[in-house]
Amino acid sequence: MGAAQQTSTAENAALFEFLLRMGDNALILGHRVSEWCGHAPALEEDIALSNTALDLIGQTQLWLGLAGEVEGRGRSADDLAYLRDGLDFRNVLLVERPNGDFGKTLMRQFLFDAWHYLLLKALKNSSDRRVAEIAEKALKEVSYHLDRSRDLVIRLGDGTAESHRRMQAALDELWPYTGELFMGDAPDASVAADGVAPEPASLKKPWDELVAETLEEATLKTPADGYMQKGGKRGVHTEHLGFILSDLQFLQRAYPGGTW
Amino acid sequence: MYAQMVKTDGARVRSLDEMDPVERAFQERIDAGQKIEPKEWMPEGYRKTLVRQISQHAHSEIVGQLPEGNWITRAPTLERKAILLAKVQDEAGHGLYLYCAAETLGVSRDEMYEQLHSGKAKYSSIFNYPTLSWADIGAVGWLVDGAAIMNQVPLQRCSYGPYARALVRICKEESFHQRQGFDILMNMVKGTPAQKALVQDALNRWWWPSLMMFGPSDDASVHSAQSMAWKIKQNSNDELRQKFVDQTVPQAEYLGLTVPDPDLKWNEEKGGYDFGEPDWSEFFAVIAGNGPCNAERLDARKKAWNDGEWFRDGLVAHAEKARSRRQASRIAAE
Repeated sequence: MGAAQQTSTAENAALFEFLLRMGDNALILGHRVSEWCGHAPALEEDIALSNTALDLIGQTQLWLGLAGEVEGRGRSADDLAYLRDGLDFRNVLLVERPNGDFGKTLMRQFLFDAWHYLLLKALKNSSDRRVAEIAEKALKEVSYHLDRSRDLVIRLGDGTAESHRRMQAALDELWPYTGELFMGDAPDASVAADGVAPEPASLKKPWDELVAETLEEATLKTPADGYMQKGGKRGVHTEHLGFILSDLQFLQRAYPGGTW
Repeated sequence: MYAQMVKTDGARVRSLDEMDPVERAFQERIDAGQKIEPKEWMPEGYRKTLVRQISQHAHSEIVGQLPEGNWITRAPTLERKAILLAKVQDEAGHGLYLYCAAETLGVSRDEMYEQLHSGKAKYSSIFNYPTLSWADIGAVGWLVDGAAIMNQVPLQRCSYGPYARALVRICKEESFHQRQGFDILMNMVKGTPAQKALVQDALNRWWWPSLMMFGPSDDASVHSAQSMAWKIKQNSNDELRQKFVDQTVPQAEYLGLTVPDPDLKWNEEKGGYDFGEPDWSEFFAVIAGNGPCNAERLDARKKAWNDGEWFRDGLVAHAEKARSRRQASRIAAE
């Protein structure tokens, strides 16, 4: 194999990795959000949550579809979603955190949405046209997700003493899972060098600003950046992912070769 | 049908001659096919019956999210997952239109929830059955939504304006739901033998409860006669059930399935199927709260409501704070 070809193979692997991360974040968060269906605290919230989950599953189809194409081994979005085990999943740990109460679900959504929004905005200028096109479509949906989660975090933070307490507890619990969003590694450096995606660290400052401004309005205290949990991006997950996958993949595993 | 055995309070249907002039004018408008709108005069029995019927329909949509929501996280492909999410979201939307329609009759959504949670208000018996396999999601769309459509299509012409208009939107979405259910099953019967067995098993379990959705024969029911006179019910339960069977049996044959009724037979003379009698003791047991999932369904709804109290209170408190801040800044500016 020549030097040029080796470079392109490595670049391709990095792009595949990046696309899996995008798709898996959307898939696992969409899965978590969909667990609320029929159980939300108000009918309007049931509708909004199904809508959010639906957007995220739609984005999963696009990201994982492109990942399969880039990989070039004939795997479809469904093959990637349903037939990989946990060690091959590349989502950040934040999105696999259990739903908890509705406040925790909203806080997780807000912390993720703020990052997702900034990333997609940057991806609209990706050097890879296919990535830019998906980002453009997803950004429209995610702008709405952010509007909604930000608004609810503010209203509940600055609501009753009880709603304030719950939102602060959710924030404190989830904060150590936000660091991973901004940690870069070799595949990140590779896609950044190619102009496909920004360096993760470059999103930290605008994210801090957006989050700080929201939390201030919500009368919530931003936790200090202490120890940050990590591992999801390289396939080392929490114990929760295995249970998510046993639900998600049950039918494909129990009825191999079925038509659905 | 999502509203079953709705009571009307009356002992018998009165003739026009027996009515006072106001009520007579009301009934004549209905007879002439005119719509009744929220602010207009209506007999108390009409109002109460509609509240029962619409709220029962709304509760059915809301409780109906649960058996289908049960399979969202386990849907077999990303596309099926997206379709099911969209469908369950539609059901919540139907609940919303219907609660709004009922609110025009002077009852609040919170009051209707209270009636559901206390067991005073009912929802369709069908949602007290479990969804045990993915084929059940297909069967629910095909049979349950199919039965609901039978009843709801004629109700688009019902006499109460807000309900009729809500049903126009609902029916459009329900026919899509039914097709997606049939499509799930069509794919599965073309799959492996194990998949086809799941589909037959789902039909075996959902067939009779679907026929029970129309309620027992009501040809002699004074409630049904009154509802028909008010045009908030258009067909008898037996008529709708017959229509449903006639439509559904050929579809089952197309799927290569056996309908679990030994008495099912084409009757050339009547141009429809003869079929067996559902087990009405099971129906009444389910209505009385003894179905396989009654307790779980109601507990899930109560839990959602109770666990969400702090959330709703928080939003109200914030709205009040925002209002008083606006007032304070207005005063300061003056």
